[in-house]
Amino acid sequence: MGESPTSEIRSHIVGTTAVVYASDYLNKLTGERIERECKKQLDSGCRALVIDFSDTSIVNSIAVSILLGIIDIAEKKEARVVFSDVNDQAVQLFEMLGLIKHVVLAKDEQEALDLFTPPNQTPAMSH
Amino acid sequence: MPLRVISWMVLSFSLLLPKLNQFSMESNTQKLIHSFSALADLGQEIADSGDFIEMVRTSLHLLLGTIGIRRGAVIECSRHLETTNSLALWGLSGDYDGRLIVDESDKDGFLSLNEGALRIDSGVDANGPALAPFLARHLEGLRAEGIELVVPTIVRGAVTGLVLLGRKASDEVFTPEDIQVILAMVRHIGVGIHTHRLLGEVKQRAEENERLYQDLRAIYRDTVRAFAAAIDVKDTYTQGHSERVGKYSEIIARELGWGENEVEGIAIAGYLHDIGKLAVERQIINAPYRINAKESSELNRHPAAGFDILSPIHHPYADIPLMAKYHHERLDGRGYPDGLIDEQIPLGAKIVSLADSFDAMTTDRPYKTRRTFDEVIHDFRRNTGSQFEPQVVAAFCRALLKELNGETKERKFLKMLGKNYLNAEKDAPLLRELLSELDPNTKAAAAGGA
Repeated sequence: MGESPTSEIRSHIVGTTAVVYASDYLNKLTGERIERECKKQLDSGCRALVIDFSDTSIVNSIAVSILLGIIDIAEKKEARVVFSDVNDQAVQLFEMLGLIKHVVLAKDEQEALDLFTPPNQTPAMSH
Repeated sequence: MPLRVISWMVLSFSLLLPKLNQFSMESNTQKLIHSFSALADLGQEIADSGDFIEMVRTSLHLLLGTIGIRRGAVIECSRHLETTNSLALWGLSGDYDGRLIVDESDKDGFLSLNEGALRIDSGVDANGPALAPFLARHLEGLRAEGIELVVPTIVRGAVTGLVLLGRKASDEVFTPEDIQVILAMVRHIGVGIHTHRLLGEVKQRAEENERLYQDLRAIYRDTVRAFAAAIDVKDTYTQGHSERVGKYSEIIARELGWGENEVEGIAIAGYLHDIGKLAVERQIINAPYRINAKESSELNRHPAAGFDILSPIHHPYADIPLMAKYHHERLDGRGYPDGLIDEQIPLGAKIVSLADSFDAMTTDRPYKTRRTFDEVIHDFRRNTGSQFEPQVVAAFCRALLKELNGETKERKFLKMLGKNYLNAEKDAPLLRELLSELDPNTKAAAAGGA
């Protein structure tokens, strides 16, 4: 497993899945950074995105729109999107606005990665 | 947060509240908080953003994120053209450019919409016949992009743009409450577009006014130059004198650190300083001999005559008539027409006076050839403090020294004096010496330059 130190957003790749970490306050600036990172990972061949919200306490409207855009891009590339470790408030927001229909929610990053890994197989991690 | 944004939020909230209180209690509170927060963000964005396109883009995101809509666009309707211009697109296909045909009858149709928004799939019956031509033109294209709602931005009874919205991410239909929130947000996006348009118009008019002003100044300058040429034509022996005095005056004023507008003004004063000669008999001006006292008295009328000619004109620069009137005054009070002393003489007139004298000394006259540069410096030394203002002489010397030292791009003195008049090696030390006499503080600096 490796994190890219130069990136504005923390991320790493596990097999063909990219794990992207959302920041504390998800707004226009941080939302656009996540969007860029997700696009980059999809363009480089990732077939699944895990967006980890473990550090995220607030998600504003602009970020919701940007997340919808990420879902759109992923769908066009036939990639799956999983949101992991989302707090209750954000879950309610995502339910209210229909994002839940297009993503899978996972308890944490490991559960998200397990969704893409057949049972009894350890995921291969790389940069 | 600015007061106007808070006022705007309170107003928007109070308008929305009666509509939103129909929500179910459980989802109501969360939706209300989410919508209110988005409205506050939108108000802040519209009030604070200096980048119009970024403001529209962010506003679109706010709207989409508030309702949970996957795609949308904000497009601007021109006042004069039927083709729209896209300001922000999100989630639409790469080929879609947001260009629509919206004519005046379409705009009337949007103004008469009952619900405030055009529902693409409801057809003509629900939206009214006024928008049938618009739907006929664009229904297929909008459907292909997944657009479900078209909401006009209306400011002061005019359609300024359209907001195109796709389906909700939840795949649910738009509720009346959604529409109310959308209309509230679109109204404010419309205000943002309108404000930007007004600012653009104000800027455009200011630029037009500036261009007109510059044109007028150019016409004024050309007219002044024509006058200067007319003055010099009357004096056969001093052709180009007025123009040169204008240029020397400009050089001195710039060296004294005057602003660009004041420098232009002093140049004009130089061009026009002898305009009073138009009122003096040609034989006196062109006399090929030293004129007598009576003729001299007649000639000496020209500064006051110049003042009379120039005073009724509204010049774009200050004190031009006074500079013409007092360019023959001396610090010691022995000048004319009023015998002013030192501080009574405007600095501009002192500049023109030196420029006038320098040109007179360095051009051939019918009764004498021009002086050598040594003689000019000698004259400056002898008359500074009695005829000439020391700081003006010093500025003149510094400017000339810079040119001789090759510190200036243009060789202005060389052009006016001819290439054989000045000799840098010989004349620069003379200037430095005079400068050090005028201001002992400059001695070290002047001695250092070569």
